[in-house]
Amino acid sequence: MDKIKVEVCCGTACYLLGAANLMSLEDMLPENCRGRVEVEAKTCLELCEKENLGGAPYVRFNDTEIMAQATPEKVLARISELVEGVA
Amino acid sequence: MLNGSTFIRRELMIRIVRAFDDGTLETELDKIPIKLRPKNSISSRCCVYHDRAILKYRLMALLGVSVEDETDETKALSAYYAEKAWGGGTNETKPKTPLSVCGPACSGCPDAKVVSTPNCRGCFARPCVYNCPKKAISIVGGQSVIDQSLCIKCGKCITACPYHAIVKTSVPCEEACPVGAIRKNEHGVAEIDFARCIFCGKCFAACPFAAVMERSQLVDVLAAMKRGEKLVAMIAPAAEKQFPGKIEQLLAACAKAGFKDVMEVALGAEKTTEHETAEFIERMEKDQKTFMTTSCCPAWVNLVGKHMPDLIDHVSLTPSPMIYARELVKAKDPNAKTVFIGPCVAKRSEARRKDVDYVLSFEELGAILAGRKIDVIACEPWPVERPANPTARNYARSCGVTDAVLDEATSKIPGFKLNAKQINGIDKKTCTMVKLHASGKIPVNFLEVMACPGGCQNGPCSLS
Repeated sequence: MDKIKVEVCCGTACYLLGAANLMSLEDMLPENCRGRVEVEAKTCLELCEKENLGGAPYVRFNDTEIMAQATPEKVLARISELVEGVA
Repeated sequence: MLNGSTFIRRELMIRIVRAFDDGTLETELDKIPIKLRPKNSISSRCCVYHDRAILKYRLMALLGVSVEDETDETKALSAYYAEKAWGGGTNETKPKTPLSVCGPACSGCPDAKVVSTPNCRGCFARPCVYNCPKKAISIVGGQSVIDQSLCIKCGKCITACPYHAIVKTSVPCEEACPVGAIRKNEHGVAEIDFARCIFCGKCFAACPFAAVMERSQLVDVLAAMKRGEKLVAMIAPAAEKQFPGKIEQLLAACAKAGFKDVMEVALGAEKTTEHETAEFIERMEKDQKTFMTTSCCPAWVNLVGKHMPDLIDHVSLTPSPMIYARELVKAKDPNAKTVFIGPCVAKRSEARRKDVDYVLSFEELGAILAGRKIDVIACEPWPVERPANPTARNYARSCGVTDAVLDEATSKIPGFKLNAKQINGIDKKTCTMVKLHASGKIPVNFLEVMACPGGCQNGPCSLS
């Protein structure tokens, strides 16, 4: 089974606006998600242009799905859903 | 720590940098509050219009304007921007006071008091009643009631209650201020008495409504860069772990962002250590019973100057690392302009006194890097001539100065003994401790004082 790809934007804008809290995401993964997720810290994903700045920090799942105003809780919840195949 | 206040402040800073670089700042400024709170959007206060009004004041503070000094409410942000002589590093262009209180943002928190909540079960033991030294608590209708005219807010009942039914309400800015410099005025709005204020920035960090604002030199720095001033970034030792990556990478990021040269303030700290140690040894030789206190924390120096005049002679005359760093820069190029970058509010007041041209917080530096799309971890480390001494880099931590001085002294005089004490964070209690040390009741010969608990690394404008 393919691993779920989670890209955390660590561009300076996202970092200042909350990505610093997402740095230790991998250690927070629940038991059933370990080994099934690949968390990657990325340089600026260029999602924070103009009026989208307030949406930082950004996280991207499986190259397509974008989460704005990401928090560890929100990201972990979405990872669990993806692992359990809910959506 | 990130919260709603830091988020909005950082977002506005990044927007300012982006608009400045696009050449649209003057026209954009007045649009930002509306763009951030369009009609029908969710408001943080009573309505989007109140939010917008406060966003305007936040932008004013970010332009370095004092919110208290507003005389014309109809004046647009573009007008403030247009009329200001940006930068130049002269004292006229530096904000006189680094902090400003925005009245309309202040919630006018009710006065602090100790109150009983419905969690009270009117128990049989009634430890609150028995522990109250002022007999202020009685049980009325099965509930504890505190007579406010008798209560001295000692908090004994709070710790005694097994149901956590008694709480203390607070005015966070007043509680945080170590010197009673911020108070509600006759309109119930917080006001800073600048004659008392030591610019420690504790109220700024404490206010949950973000009503205390820092008067920024961000746009001054951007304008100076554009004019081609030779700006040198002096990065405070507290920079470690503020941004991802190493100090050398942060230096490289600063150079990429437009600073003509970069250096660690820790190189200045090495000189502080050397001179402060020599000064200490000399003082002890003259009088074994005296004591010396550190001079690197500007909030502490302000505290002594404004509130403890008896101690002035005990403050080390050795310049702070920032001042030595400035000397190093000027020795290399007398035309260079110095920009201190750190986590500190009070450094802005020291910079005014000691001819450092600009001060930026780590947040403001972060905004410049974010606005210019520079990621610290993506930068190749800056080729420093040599890294600063670890004891000098350690200045940002509580005990750092003490360790550095002890290290230096023992290298000169083997077996050197230091009777050192540290005040790790200035608050109302530790102010009393300082007085006990000063009076000789607690013997000490070297007293290190840091306004922020843990040292500069936990400064009011730190990122982490």
